[in-house]
Amino acid sequence: MRVMAQMGMVMNLDKCIGCHTCSVTCKQAWTNRSGVEYVWFNNVETRPGQGYPRRYQDQERWRGGWVRNRRGRLQLKAGGRFRKLITIFANPVLPNIRDYYEPWTYDYETLTDAPLGDDFPVARPKSLISGEPLAVEWSANWDDDLGGAPEHGPHDPIVERIRAESEEKVKFDYERAFMFFLPRICEHCLNPSCVASCPSGAMYKRAEDGIVLVDQDRCRGWRMCVTGCPYKKVYFNHRTGKAEKCTFCYPRVEVGLPTVCSETCVGRLRYLGLFLYDADRVTAAASVADERDLYAAQLDLLLDPHDPEVIAAARRDGIAEDWLEHARRSPVYRLAKEYRVALPLHPEFRTMPMVWYIPPLSPVVDRLVETGHDGESAPNLFGAIEALRIPVEYLAELFTAGDPAPVTDVLRKLAAMRSFMRDVTLGREIDESIPTAVGMDAGQILEMYRLLALAKYDERYVIPTAYEGEARNLEEVGCSLDVEGGPGMGGTGPFGEASGRPVPVSVETFHALRVRQTTEGLADPESPGARINLLNWDGKGRPPGLFPPPREAPVEPGDVTARGSDPERSAGAPTLEDRR
Amino acid sequence: MSTWDVLLWGVLPYVMVAVLVVGTIWRYRYDKFGWTTRSSELYESRLLRIGSPLFHFGLLVVIIGHVIGLLIPQSWTSAAGLSPTAYHVQALALGGIAGFCTLVGIGILIYRRRTTGPVFSATTRNDKSMYVVLVAALVAGLATTLLGVVGGESGNYRESVSPWFRSLFVLQPDIASMAGAGLAFHIHTLIGMVLFAIWPFTRLVHAFTAPLGYLFRPYVVYRSRTAGPATRPPRRGWEKVTGR
Repeated sequence: MRVMAQMGMVMNLDKCIGCHTCSVTCKQAWTNRSGVEYVWFNNVETRPGQGYPRRYQDQERWRGGWVRNRRGRLQLKAGGRFRKLITIFANPVLPNIRDYYEPWTYDYETLTDAPLGDDFPVARPKSLISGEPLAVEWSANWDDDLGGAPEHGPHDPIVERIRAESEEKVKFDYERAFMFFLPRICEHCLNPSCVASCPSGAMYKRAEDGIVLVDQDRCRGWRMCVTGCPYKKVYFNHRTGKAEKCTFCYPRVEVGLPTVCSETCVGRLRYLGLFLYDADRVTAAASVADERDLYAAQLDLLLDPHDPEVIAAARRDGIAEDWLEHARRSPVYRLAKEYRVALPLHPEFRTMPMVWYIPPLSPVVDRLVETGHDGESAPNLFGAIEALRIPVEYLAELFTAGDPAPVTDVLRKLAAMRSFMRDVTLGREIDESIPTAVGMDAGQILEMYRLLALAKYDERYVIPTAYEGEARNLEEVGCSLDVEGGPGMGGTGPFGEASGRPVPVSVETFHALRVRQTTEGLADPESPGARINLLNWDGKGRPPGLFPPPREAPVEPGDVTARGSDPERSAGAPTLEDRR
Repeated sequence: MSTWDVLLWGVLPYVMVAVLVVGTIWRYRYDKFGWTTRSSELYESRLLRIGSPLFHFGLLVVIIGHVIGLLIPQSWTSAAGLSPTAYHVQALALGGIAGFCTLVGIGILIYRRRTTGPVFSATTRNDKSMYVVLVAALVAGLATTLLGVVGGESGNYRESVSPWFRSLFVLQPDIASMAGAGLAFHIHTLIGMVLFAIWPFTRLVHAFTAPLGYLFRPYVVYRSRTAGPATRPPRRGWEKVTGR
């Protein structure tokens, strides 16, 4: 047994309202740069739907993840090492940017520059890739909230699979549609196929916390990781020519803060914490013969942090005492292993993903309520879970490689909690048979209820900080992307975008502050948006740059009011005054 | 043996090597972040999937051909029972085909680069000048091969260029031998030297990090946080302020 620690996340899908706040804040924090305009480290997709990038789950097309070969060993679905090197000059299964979407902006200038007239000016969409006008036909959330579902929904790979098994079960008629949201980040897998696909060895799994990262200095842009990841959560920055991915906000996590997506989640549906797992058994667990056993195999890897044997082994393997303490309080371990209500996304990809999902009960409850039934009565709910096959089968394809039993178990537990807690809240007599029916006891149900419904910030995010002894190193947490002239920093080095050597953040800040506080002149006299430091102005006179330079335009003869700079007038167009 | 001959075939090769080695080391130290293929496959893959393998595999064969032709003395192949004529025929066939493939490949790639909007706008001036030198070297090289067939140029480069090339490594350049080679060989060699001199300063550097190690490493790479460049051991005193 070799104990390793892994940061993990659980998302409670019942609470997701699809507001995309996680996506937006993540984008602002990490991918608001040129080259990654199309990249969403965190995205929220509507299920059923095609997802982002389009139909990424269809591994017969994209060939991500692992497969078990005839000898029972794991191999990359896109081909082994030799095949990777042979196809390195043109990766045959790399998604095109249009499979994500072609990023665009709008021609906002026409809104302000259009001449006065009867028609409203329109800002036309323009591609951010080529600069050409663009017809917007797809984006990361084109089928949000089942928009266009009759057209797009049938192309959901899971819907296709379910339909192949039993025709016409998933309907997209408005009245019969079911829907839920699936927020996705990088899974930070225990058996990451992106890392295994990287020819230069630039991608790695951090030994301390299991976060999967790309070393930007060693990435050579061979693009194999994009293919390797079955979740398509490694992206190619088309300006820097390097791969980028969700970092699990490691600079935040290292100092004990939750990831940006968790911190800003409106529904408070995300849980962060530690898993302890047995690294020696990962490969064996990922190569079990039957896909449907993968969920159980993955659960089996997770070690009980209360077990004295595990604790002793963890100490031997160099896991610090406060990390063990955090592992014992981990909400994600409780949800995934103790209560068994969290499931991994697509275990059949054999990557052992470490972002877990509590499947939504709401489609079932909604159907009950709509049809006039009591949506909080345990027998009703249990019956409905059995009867409403479509949501269960769909969820099973997502979370358990098509095995409905674990999904049903989870939904029954959630239903039991709902029903049991109604009795508690209304002060009725408690029905002990409800928890028993799902293999739990009243105490467990109450604990689970507390964690799912009430848990505060420090119960949802149990994050061990880096050790005290290492705290010194955190003074200058270098972000591998914060490079002078690097992505988002503007400017280009001699070898194109983002070349050059990083400058420590504190040095940069020190100089910027000093310049701002002491300069007397303009910050950048060449720029039309130049600014002057008003703190150094004594209020007398007009230092150069206080006002923008007068625009020079030909003054028409006879225009004594010297409004020659008004383009409307010089163009001879009628103005308001003329009309008066 | 004129002064020009000494400069071109006695001095320039060493200058070229110095620029190549020092430039590569400097680039690697200064600009690891810019060391990439700068792939544009995300924008366009239909033409790339034909042009890129054609060019790269063609180029690999061309490089192997150069290594064989320049490093293995004619006496060795003759001793192995391969007559100079037979050698010439097979070298011509293989080199001609490979060179042609390379040229067609880069032709497709340049056409794609010019006509696909996003790819064109991602092309830097550095790229454009590199393409000029690269294509010139390819064309000149193919021309020498073809001229060898027509027989207009005096001959067998294995009696003129190759001895000179090998003599460079023992620091006793056989300038006279190279000076006696034909004009086509001179031009091709000069362009080649220019290509190697600009190599470290272009996107061509990606060739130096061809990921052969991938064949031998374990699939999943673990790395400790402390070993990464993000938290290199702190130096004593204040961080040195770079001139800005």
